[in-house]
Amino acid sequence: MNSSAKITLLILLAAWSAGHRAIYAHCQADSLRQLPEVIVTAKASREIIPAQKLSGEELKELSSLSVADAIRYFSGVQIKDYGGIGGLKTVDIRSMGTNHMGVFYDGIQLGNAQNGQIDLGKFSLDHIESITLYNGQKSEIFQPAKDFGSSGSIYLRTRYPHFKTGQQHHLKGVVRTGSFGLLNPSLLWEQKIATDLAGSFNAEWVHADGKYAYRYKRVHPITKETVYDTTAIRQNGDVDAWRLEAALHGFVPGGNWNLKSYFYTSERGIPGAIVNNVWKRAQRQWDRNFFTQGSFQKTVSSQYDLLISGKYANDHMRYLNPDTTLIYIDNSFTQQEAYLSLVNKYQLRRNWDVSLAADFQWNGLRSNLDGFVQPSRYTYLVAAATAVDFGKVSLLGSLLGTFIHEQTRIEHPATQNNPNRQRLTPSLFVTYKPYAQHDLHFRAFYKHIFRMPTFNDLFYTDIGNLLLEPENTRQYNIGVQYANSFTHGMIRHWDLQADGYWNRVTDKIIAVPKGNGMYRWMMMNVGNVEIKGIDLAASAVSLLHEEWFLNLKLHYTWQQAQDLTRRTNKELEKITYGGQIAYIPWHSGSVVAGLNHRQWHLHYSFIYVGERYRSSANIRENYEQPWYTSDLSLTRSFIREQVNGKLSLEVNNLFSQDYEVVLNYPMPKRNYRITLTVEI
Amino acid sequence: MKKQLVISSLLLLSLLVASCRKDVELLLSEVTVTDPGSSGAGRFAGFYLLNEGNMGSNKATLDYYDFVTGSYQRNIYAEQNPSVPKELGDVGNDIQLYGNRMYAVINASNKIEVMDAHTAKRIGQVDIPNCRYIAFHDGYAYVTSYAGPIEMDPEYTQRGYVARIDTATLQAQERCVVGYQPDGIAISSGKIYVANSGGYMGAGKSANYERTVSVIDLATFEEEKRIEVGCNLHLIKADQRGNLWVTSRGDHRNNPSRLFVIDRQKQSVSDTICLPVNNFQIEGDSLYLFGINEGGTATEKEINFTIIHTGTRAVVNSHFITDGTDRQLETPYGIMVHPETKDIYITDAGDYINPGFLYRFNREGKKQWSIQTGDIPAHFALLPKRRYTKN
Repeated sequence: MNSSAKITLLILLAAWSAGHRAIYAHCQADSLRQLPEVIVTAKASREIIPAQKLSGEELKELSSLSVADAIRYFSGVQIKDYGGIGGLKTVDIRSMGTNHMGVFYDGIQLGNAQNGQIDLGKFSLDHIESITLYNGQKSEIFQPAKDFGSSGSIYLRTRYPHFKTGQQHHLKGVVRTGSFGLLNPSLLWEQKIATDLAGSFNAEWVHADGKYAYRYKRVHPITKETVYDTTAIRQNGDVDAWRLEAALHGFVPGGNWNLKSYFYTSERGIPGAIVNNVWKRAQRQWDRNFFTQGSFQKTVSSQYDLLISGKYANDHMRYLNPDTTLIYIDNSFTQQEAYLSLVNKYQLRRNWDVSLAADFQWNGLRSNLDGFVQPSRYTYLVAAATAVDFGKVSLLGSLLGTFIHEQTRIEHPATQNNPNRQRLTPSLFVTYKPYAQHDLHFRAFYKHIFRMPTFNDLFYTDIGNLLLEPENTRQYNIGVQYANSFTHGMIRHWDLQADGYWNRVTDKIIAVPKGNGMYRWMMMNVGNVEIKGIDLAASAVSLLHEEWFLNLKLHYTWQQAQDLTRRTNKELEKITYGGQIAYIPWHSGSVVAGLNHRQWHLHYSFIYVGERYRSSANIRENYEQPWYTSDLSLTRSFIREQVNGKLSLEVNNLFSQDYEVVLNYPMPKRNYRITLTVEI
Repeated sequence: MKKQLVISSLLLLSLLVASCRKDVELLLSEVTVTDPGSSGAGRFAGFYLLNEGNMGSNKATLDYYDFVTGSYQRNIYAEQNPSVPKELGDVGNDIQLYGNRMYAVINASNKIEVMDAHTAKRIGQVDIPNCRYIAFHDGYAYVTSYAGPIEMDPEYTQRGYVARIDTATLQAQERCVVGYQPDGIAISSGKIYVANSGGYMGAGKSANYERTVSVIDLATFEEEKRIEVGCNLHLIKADQRGNLWVTSRGDHRNNPSRLFVIDRQKQSVSDTICLPVNNFQIEGDSLYLFGINEGGTATEKEINFTIIHTGTRAVVNSHFITDGTDRQLETPYGIMVHPETKDIYITDAGDYINPGFLYRFNREGKKQWSIQTGDIPAHFALLPKRRYTKN
């Protein structure tokens, strides 16, 4: 086995076995030349339930442009994808609804108090080093109170400056082009400023006309003859976006700090629903997101650790409907957020930690919308948590207190009734490792948490409802993981995981028809959903033959997500009660396979989303067939003296399947991409 | 281990093969017999029910009920017109028969779908952006539209218009500009009456709602005058004396929904019925209405089902559904009263995103049957048995 082959294997192993330090360390001895530095961002903490993680090379090879594309490969996750590069993409974990997913960017949560949705299509994968998905919460205790506050969490970690020995700076340029009129250059500059201080700057431009061919075809159910077959070009899906990021990372004795600023600005078309006689829309959206955030952590004494973090965010959104046949809308919304967190961790015994975290957050929303009440929200969070390690058994328990107060600048008839909200929500995580010599873990968790009604739910002119209560989720999960590694033979590592879960969503916030006039809605706490599911994951790294490596990853999810909402009209209730909720497939899964040979890398990924219905009325009119796409990429890397490079070709939706994730939002047929990466 | 991997891969593959994607099939209609042996006597063969479908869902569908066989046929348009891409369209807002043709106003598809009244086979379409309601007179169709002319003025807000369509050529010929977001339209004694809503304007500020009915002279096709009525007007229908009944949706704040009467001769409001009114139907001298009281919460709505005498304007019956079915309804939406049997048909649109239900009550207000419809069942059109002939 020559050295480059070893290195490839090592990188694979490192990537494919998050949490398996043993192999990693075992192989490290002869590989320091190429392996990235191990970054210890926190003192090894007790994260007792492993997460699903995509990182490093593995992440880069997924033929994904945005974070949303990559998250599709996780178990238990459904992406709502409105199609195209600029289309909205949101994530739903274990069928609890997109608003229950917390998204954390370099450790601090991304907020959207207005509608609670984070469009993960806007987050480029270009500089993301890892994406980690946690069910329940990150099961460690040294974290801000907000990290305890979601039903599921995604952590996006951007690249930490890496330098080769003797290097003072590192430059990386990427150019990407392909279908949809895509042009996507980016530049990363990392600079070592002092031995304990490094800086980085990253800029990216995405430009695409967003045009793609899609097709609607219907056959007659009896004669099987084609009755219509229409191919059209998706219009108004263009996007033009800039992203700039700058960061400083420093070390102090026993600790570290970082400070970063993020700026994103974009203009995009909103392609809209394709309906009879309407094949083109005119709506536009402009976004400008800015935030600056920092954190400082230090081991103050052998028992006491401290983490302070803070953030200020300012997001501006303008929506324009210039279509003169429809209502003319030109609305602007500005959201601000200020956030401060203090976390203390104290080691009571060698195997027993406790932590106390206190967070404060302020959110404000301003708009030129007629009759808008200009709300503000003050959130106080206190989390107490403890972790105990009994050897074979580890326990983690947390209790989160949430105290919320809201006010509106413009008099609202019901503001006086607007209640202060208080909630106390617990979670408990347990793992059991019966054998010291086997990597076999049993795990279980319970978590009760809620999501607040968004500003739109509460205050949006006409439809908002001030009396809304938070929407609750209760999760019960049990699972097992078994992994093994080998130094010889064909299979070098494999890992199997299985989880079963039962979730309940109560007081689900739903738009309900109201009063007089057509299309009048009101937000109400009326929904109930019960979810039963199984997530299975298997992965293996294999040395097929000398210098031929294969890695394989399989995911499968089964979910039954039943609408248990009671209705006034029992005849209507019969249609929807017990039905599988909208867009949740019973079966879904993915296969990811990579084949490496010297400088060549072939990567194949397959996603399957089974049959599902577009609403809880599981009737033929709402039936949606399964869709599955295959993506293929071929990468060649090269090294010329100081320059490392990589050229990659991708074909996505290889078999050109015509499908929709969301009704009337057609997805692209086969499409291509070419990427050149150069590093100095 | 390798074997296990191969086996598991094969298992997964077999699962996939078993549930592969096929060509998407057109949906044929579904027939359910509601009341076998029901009487088919009388002038009418049956009725069409247009389901609106929630905006953006492209789920406007057409159902047909046959009085003779007592069978309800759901979703007939695609079966009758299989080659129309994306079927009937998005948001069916009105449906009327005129001669041997049926005209369906498909609001978000920006068109009037013209079909044969007896077969529902497509004859053609008239493109009218953001079209709302339709009325007929003397070979012409008159359609309200929110999408009036555009002017180069930054402060300009768009007025609506009435389009005049020649039913022989299916060409929209002239336009008459009216108020903001005109909805209901009625023709009485040589005049067209249009209920202006201002629905796009008033969401934030009540003062921005329209308050008037536009009166258009049929002969000149020009707006003659405006009649002050109330805010956010919606439906307008003429009774057999030629007087006009207009609903106001209210501003959802201090001004509740109301029903107004415009006196044909005085050309002004003569009476106000102090009830919230969502929809109504006039049959002879009886005006059947229902309205949801906005004061109630969405889960416990107060809904009134009232009959008013169009001559005396007095409440004749304040609970025309007598068997308690009214308390089960979530969102009563469409109404039709059979001109001969006086049977009452009421739809429940439920939550707008799932199928609704159609109820038939006899003239005593007792439920006879109910049946599942499409999404947001809303607008009725009675089909006469005999084909219309010029003589």
